[in-house]
Amino acid sequence: MTAQRVLAIEDKLYRDRYRVDEDSHLWVKHPDMCLKCPFNFVCIRVCPTDVYKWEENKITTTYDACVECGACRIACYNVGWKNPRGGFGISYKYG
Amino acid sequence: MAEKFDSIVVGAGPAGIASAYTMAKAGLNVLVLERGERPGAKNMFGGVIFRHQTEQFAPDFWKTAPIERHVVEYQYWFLSRDSHTLLSHRNQRFNSRYNAFTVHRAKFDPWFAKLAEDAGAVIINRTTADDVLKENGKVRGVRTERGDVLADVVIAADGVNAMLSKQAGLRGELRPEAAVLAVKEVIALPRQKIEERFNLGPDEGIAAMVIGWGPGMHAGFMYTNRDTLSIGIGINMRDLDKSGERPNALLEEFKSHPSMAPLIQDGELKEYAAHLIPEGGYDYVGRIYTDGMLVVGDAAMLVNAINWEGTNLAMTSGKIAGETVIKAKKAGDFSSRTLFKYRQRLEESYVMKDLRKYREIPGFFSSNPHFFTLYPEILNELVYIWHEVGNETKDEKIKRLKSTLFKRRSRLGLLRDLYHLWRLFS
Repeated sequence: MTAQRVLAIEDKLYRDRYRVDEDSHLWVKHPDMCLKCPFNFVCIRVCPTDVYKWEENKITTTYDACVECGACRIACYNVGWKNPRGGFGISYKYG
Repeated sequence: MAEKFDSIVVGAGPAGIASAYTMAKAGLNVLVLERGERPGAKNMFGGVIFRHQTEQFAPDFWKTAPIERHVVEYQYWFLSRDSHTLLSHRNQRFNSRYNAFTVHRAKFDPWFAKLAEDAGAVIINRTTADDVLKENGKVRGVRTERGDVLADVVIAADGVNAMLSKQAGLRGELRPEAAVLAVKEVIALPRQKIEERFNLGPDEGIAAMVIGWGPGMHAGFMYTNRDTLSIGIGINMRDLDKSGERPNALLEEFKSHPSMAPLIQDGELKEYAAHLIPEGGYDYVGRIYTDGMLVVGDAAMLVNAINWEGTNLAMTSGKIAGETVIKAKKAGDFSSRTLFKYRQRLEESYVMKDLRKYREIPGFFSSNPHFFTLYPEILNELVYIWHEVGNETKDEKIKRLKSTLFKRRSRLGLLRDLYHLWRLFS
């Protein structure tokens, strides 16, 4: 598999339609726990849209890329997750 | 004073709309709350909708509904790194009597929701139901950002993440081993190109299942739409975690497989989507009724992972839930004493009977991933040897076939696998 054939997430997400809310619907419940993450950063690994990143000793969330699948939520109990406000978030054109 | 309805349905997917339609048709006062901009905005699937269940709501629906193609061929692909073996079934009977249709959910779901609206249900989009309202332990309505709404019965059709069902204490957390993460792309290709590549007539389509390319319990899928293809992968959440692989990388690997790549070549990416599928089966269904509340569809984990059925189970569960509420209203009793009949009727229908029949299968394949990894490899190796021509005599070839097989899987292992498969399905 050659590198250029692989489409990165960023190349894909701009195809999707979102209505981004000002506030995040995702958060880390106890940020201190991430310092010694027992799950090898499962949130980063399972997210299909690269929402989670490890930056300056903490998990950051780019919630506006979230497609609301819920993978992070069931993979780690330290992930806080609620449905975005009505009408916000991903809005599939095809689905 | 909050407004009161006979029933509030949370979620305008196939299960919610089936229940709303059923109740509205019987004259009940029904409110449907949908958190998306419109029905279907949050929904995606690697799948089909079925004629049998859908026509119960709209006879001859394929003449007016936004369907893509009707399925005339089912394909089962077994991949290894550089090869595939394909089992395919096409039948003209699928042309004279439709069985299943490919659709785009963002187009189909609004059409389906319109049926409920025409029957008298009120649908409000862009509204998230954040919490259930309870009184003396009974569910009496829901809290939304626009205010509280009351109802005799709340039907939670809130999908796989089921935030409301969980709020109500009806469902525990979805467990990783019982969930499959599906990642999918919609890829545009000219209509004629699709028909040439898949050897299809104007409205005909294929549904393809693919195993043998990734880690653990996984499958790929492909569906032909009118002028797009839906291609994606599904992988068990626990296996995804263990493998250390990234979902998008797995999808890219699948798409670039030499057997898959030519099918999507020159296509233009239109959308990237991801969704969980509740595939734990019967033992994960849990409580789906309580005083003043019923749970339907994905929220109730009603997915048949073996036959790749979900939308039909959703519609049937919604219909039965709706009928149960109609009866409850006649009796004037919305407690579990009458609402338990939903579960009872579901148990008597194909929905729970099928899930019960397969109850051990998800667990079995989860602890025996070699069915998804080793066997496709062996199959391709054996088929290759069978066709490879050299100076070898056929006696030698058969010897080589046997030794190749038994080197990869012992006689005892093969017997064990056969026995287990037999027991699981019979």
